[in-house]
Amino acid sequence: MNRSAVETAERLASRHRKGRLFEWACLGATSLGVLVLVVLLVGVCVQAWGWLDGDFVSSYDSRHPREAGILAGIWGSFWLIGMTAIFSVPIGVGAAVYLEEYADRSWLTRLIQVNLANLAGVPSIVYGILGLTVFVRMFGAFPDGKVIVVSLGIASLKIPIPFGRTVLSGALTLTLLILPVVIVAAQEALRAIPGSIRNASIALGASRWQTIRLQVLPAAAPGILTGIILALSRAIGETAPLVMIGALTYVAFTPGGIETPIDVIRDPQGVLDAPYDTFTALPIQIFNWVSRPKVEYQHVAAAGILVLLIVLLVLNGTAILIRHRYRKGIRW
Amino acid sequence: MRGFPGHSRVERVVKPTEKGLEMTKWNRLPVMATVMLCLVMVGCSVEDSGTDGGDVGGAGTDATSGAALSGTVMIDGSSTVFPISQACAEEFGKLHGDVKVVVGTSGTGGGFKKFVLGETDINDASRPIKQQEIDACQENDIEFLELTVAIDGLSVMVNPQNEFVSALTTEQLKKIWAPDSTVELWSDVDPAWPRKEIKLYGPDTDSGTFDYFTEVICGEGGASRSDYTPSTDDNVLVKGIAGDKYSLGYFGYAYYVENKDKLKAVGIAEGSDASRAVVPEAKSIEDGKYTPLSRPLFLYVNKASLAKPHVKAFLEFYLREGQKLVSEVGYVKLSADALAATRAQLAK
Repeated sequence: MNRSAVETAERLASRHRKGRLFEWACLGATSLGVLVLVVLLVGVCVQAWGWLDGDFVSSYDSRHPREAGILAGIWGSFWLIGMTAIFSVPIGVGAAVYLEEYADRSWLTRLIQVNLANLAGVPSIVYGILGLTVFVRMFGAFPDGKVIVVSLGIASLKIPIPFGRTVLSGALTLTLLILPVVIVAAQEALRAIPGSIRNASIALGASRWQTIRLQVLPAAAPGILTGIILALSRAIGETAPLVMIGALTYVAFTPGGIETPIDVIRDPQGVLDAPYDTFTALPIQIFNWVSRPKVEYQHVAAAGILVLLIVLLVLNGTAILIRHRYRKGIRW
Repeated sequence: MRGFPGHSRVERVVKPTEKGLEMTKWNRLPVMATVMLCLVMVGCSVEDSGTDGGDVGGAGTDATSGAALSGTVMIDGSSTVFPISQACAEEFGKLHGDVKVVVGTSGTGGGFKKFVLGETDINDASRPIKQQEIDACQENDIEFLELTVAIDGLSVMVNPQNEFVSALTTEQLKKIWAPDSTVELWSDVDPAWPRKEIKLYGPDTDSGTFDYFTEVICGEGGASRSDYTPSTDDNVLVKGIAGDKYSLGYFGYAYYVENKDKLKAVGIAEGSDASRAVVPEAKSIEDGKYTPLSRPLFLYVNKASLAKPHVKAFLEFYLREGQKLVSEVGYVKLSADALAATRAQLAK
């Protein structure tokens, strides 16, 4: 009796030790990640100190490190990510809604599921090759090249066929790249909505479409948005597929000639031209600066990395705001 | 778990009312869409795009002499030649604001893949065009012009604290870098040198520098020992060599020029006589004395593009003011004779 009590106490102590050990291991794993991030951030900030200023974000690349700026990269990435979002959100969410809410479980949907998971892991350069053939060259079906001009009163749309080395080609390629991730994330979010919500809605006389629009989608929106943000954050850092489809490294103009946020309102023609203009993007500029011979370009690259980080933070911040608003709207 | 149990029955009940509701609310939409579409169709037309690639606006390119030039010059290709093309584009842009000169860095081979389809006006190349690329040009009816614009001297580097090596022969380099090399210690190269491990640094196998070095030194492009530290980023090689007393590595001249205080350039002699070694310097590379590791850098120009005044003006600028920029970005300008020959080619 006495012996077994001692044994139990010992076992208990050993179990507690193991528990504490596990806790420490988890803490170690967390702090290692944070530590690496802090070291990286501090390193970049120190290198970028004195280089990230007004001139840097308002001038173009240059062979003089002090004059080099990232304006073309900022606007290139802005149009690229904006258009990628416009394409990938409706298609991605639509596909997820169909797969989760409408489609029956059959061998076909299972096949689609498996392929989606696989596509999410395909190297991005492969999407670049695909984009080059399909969007940039359109299989070589239009060797002479045509421009479709659509007059819209105050401005006109000039769509080149094939799309060529334009922002549009880049955005469509990035859309293909992130669609699997968006769809899978949106599916997870939809699956987390309890079936009782749908049943209740139907029981009150709502149609399937009304149920999805007014109950399921608003409830799933925070989760869907998180998936979209993660996917877009990945897209904004991509270099390989963009270089493949012909994004440039040195560009001394912005898409559509729009250089300030006010231009977006003031210059409708520029806004319509921007998707069909040649471009460069933030990660391409940074990658190029890092590999330059002149030592000062390491500082320019660090400043570029900070700009990319700030853009990412703004993007994530906006999403968190929207998500917060959606959460408030849910009353159950 | 998910979906709508017993849904089909429910839908049959709901549908009629829903339809009535929705119609009153939404029936204006198709009408509006039709009207919009009609408006749009009125102003819709198809035009031929120029071969300018990105220049959708189709700005007039038939400028006569004296008139302002406009249009796009599309350049792609080698990242080695990129700094020169970028510098020229930057300066040319200051003179001709309406000409958009854009430069990509798909690599020499990647750039040629676009060039042979007529997608670019100019291809930057750190090696001569290959036969299969010439064939592809012919298939697509593309005629091109080869212009030598600068020289790069591949530099062999050691640590500045290394006092025993100041010159190497190509035979010694081959002994070190050959695929079947048995060199592990510096004393394996020359018995007079210390019995210390030789640490090797070089560009990775995708690089044009790697291709050129292996071809010249080992006799076959791509033939190299593989147990060295490779990197796509030459700055990594610079750091490696600068931090290791018994190291040896090679890369483009521009990276040596920018890091002269951290590196020591080794003189190179062709053959086996180290006393004839030449150190890589602007003068020795320009005069053609730094052999065999000097390599020419090229522009390949689509002749159809050359007919456009703004492309021609840009190339003339490249071979005039551009030569000053060549040394500014770390390469070596052409000798007077070579430059005259290149200019004559452009004038033809």
